[in-house]
Amino acid sequence: MSRTLTILRAGPGTSIQDLGRPGQIGLGLSRGGAADRQGFIEGAALLGNDIYAAALELTIGGGRFQVSAPTRFAVSGAQAPAKLNGAPVPHLSTASAAPGDQIDIGPATDGVYSFLHLAGGILSPSELGGRGRHGIAGLGSNLADGDAFPLGDDPTPDAAPVLLRKRESANKVLRVMPGPQTSLFSQDDLDRFQSIAFTRSPKGNRQGVRLESDDKPFASQGQLTLVSDIISEGDIQMTGDGTPYVLMADCQTMGGYPRIGTIVPADLPAIAQARPGDILRFRMISLDEAADTWISDQTYYRDVRSQLEPSVRNPWEIADLLSYELVDRPGPEVTESPAYLKNSGQE
Amino acid sequence: MTDHLPPSPEVLPLGLDGILVRMARSLSDAGNRAALAYHAALRQRLPGGVTETATSLTSVFVRFDPDEIQRAELENSLAELIAVEDWYHAPLPPNRTLWRIPAAFGGSHGPQLEEVADLAGLTPDQAIEDVTTTDLRVLALGFAPGQPYLGFLDTHWDIPRQTEITPQVPRGAVVTAVRQIIPFANAAPTGWRQIGQTGFRCYSRAATPPIPLKAGDVIRFEPVTAAELTRLAETGPLGGAVPENLS
Repeated sequence: MSRTLTILRAGPGTSIQDLGRPGQIGLGLSRGGAADRQGFIEGAALLGNDIYAAALELTIGGGRFQVSAPTRFAVSGAQAPAKLNGAPVPHLSTASAAPGDQIDIGPATDGVYSFLHLAGGILSPSELGGRGRHGIAGLGSNLADGDAFPLGDDPTPDAAPVLLRKRESANKVLRVMPGPQTSLFSQDDLDRFQSIAFTRSPKGNRQGVRLESDDKPFASQGQLTLVSDIISEGDIQMTGDGTPYVLMADCQTMGGYPRIGTIVPADLPAIAQARPGDILRFRMISLDEAADTWISDQTYYRDVRSQLEPSVRNPWEIADLLSYELVDRPGPEVTESPAYLKNSGQE
Repeated sequence: MTDHLPPSPEVLPLGLDGILVRMARSLSDAGNRAALAYHAALRQRLPGGVTETATSLTSVFVRFDPDEIQRAELENSLAELIAVEDWYHAPLPPNRTLWRIPAAFGGSHGPQLEEVADLAGLTPDQAIEDVTTTDLRVLALGFAPGQPYLGFLDTHWDIPRQTEITPQVPRGAVVTAVRQIIPFANAAPTGWRQIGQTGFRCYSRAATPPIPLKAGDVIRFEPVTAAELTRLAETGPLGGAVPENLS
């Protein structure tokens, strides 16, 4: 039976996202996709969805949704109060909605981007290999009230409800690896960059996030004659006024501002989910240290799958109890990281 | 634009799964030709574990799967290929395409033609003559899907970007700055000056392939009247552009 998702109310910036459109940098298209890949993949893994299936990305405005047939769903990413017909649904757990039920996602209480995954994924039109909204590329569109989309077949409609417990890490120093222009910056500036407690500016979106501080601007050698070159997601560029700006999922493919380094992918969710006013610190690491942080999307998905636990009781009955353990994603400096990675793949 | 080139291309990290082979730090014709030639050679003998390659104005980007190949190993392969020849003097790769792209210049389709001609020390007619008789290379695609940076016009076209941003030029606007031309893929704000308009779509879902241009292709703009431009725009997403294989 075909199922349909209807958007009853879409908060500002609500869009369909998946893991983006990789492999097209040379055509002028950056990968894009979910603003917080780890958070996105956690939702797909909870449901057993295909890792590439599309879901809704909600910003702090939340939204209200309805399905035309019984549908399992899960909310991941930024902690936001989810309700099914008014009853709380814990973050990072699966639940099932019946036709006519209302799924409400409230404003995020921690973080910026939440994901509403529906079993089978959203089958909106695919363009250049993806379904997601990519603002600067002019692909996809923001959602409007009343929009409706078909859903794919649930791969495991009878799966028992599960939840994901995540350990909190207090350390939020983001790791930065060297890039092609790191050597254009003086050692003084590199040291200074690592000593400043930056503030996440209100100016930030899927394209990039600006960092503010009271410190003096950053400058590099020869920045005025620098030719535009290929950008990597996570690059920290020093804009014309010497302010750091982190390039995010929907970044352009090329840019002419000097870049001091690249935040490793494992730490990008922390900056995507930083709210205006949040403090962000950075630490430069070597290429070898950076290589140790690598985890592919597929490995992360299998890893999450291996950690799912059955939610024995009706999850909304124990929502308050669990919420303290469920709210936080692992921080960027997960000290148990090596062991955590070794356990991956043991689904 | 300066032609200060490094003694040899540099192999640099760009992201956890990326390497940049940089031919030059500032824009130069030799740097762009080297990037195109090296990239074509790399595609002929692609190391295992490479998931994506691309060229920019003066460099080649190589993405790899760190679960398949280590950075150091791939860097060695890329350095070996660098040593094979003098890429700054290598011929451009074969099998590129020459595109004849109709465009209307001046008037409402090119509101800044006179200003640009003035800055280049030309009359508007001479400016159109320059633009339509110079074979322009697709230096790179970027900024928006399929959108080409075209170069190079002669040195008197080294016009800086305007300090005031034009709030919006239409899709297909032909704009110029710093010896380059861009036909815009989408309506967008820009610091480049609009001298013309084309019906050619840099990206169209209706076209096969949806992105027709490739880095290294050659563009020749053909002047048409405003009425002819309108007629050609209705013929399809290529806007009357005609491709021809350059062997």
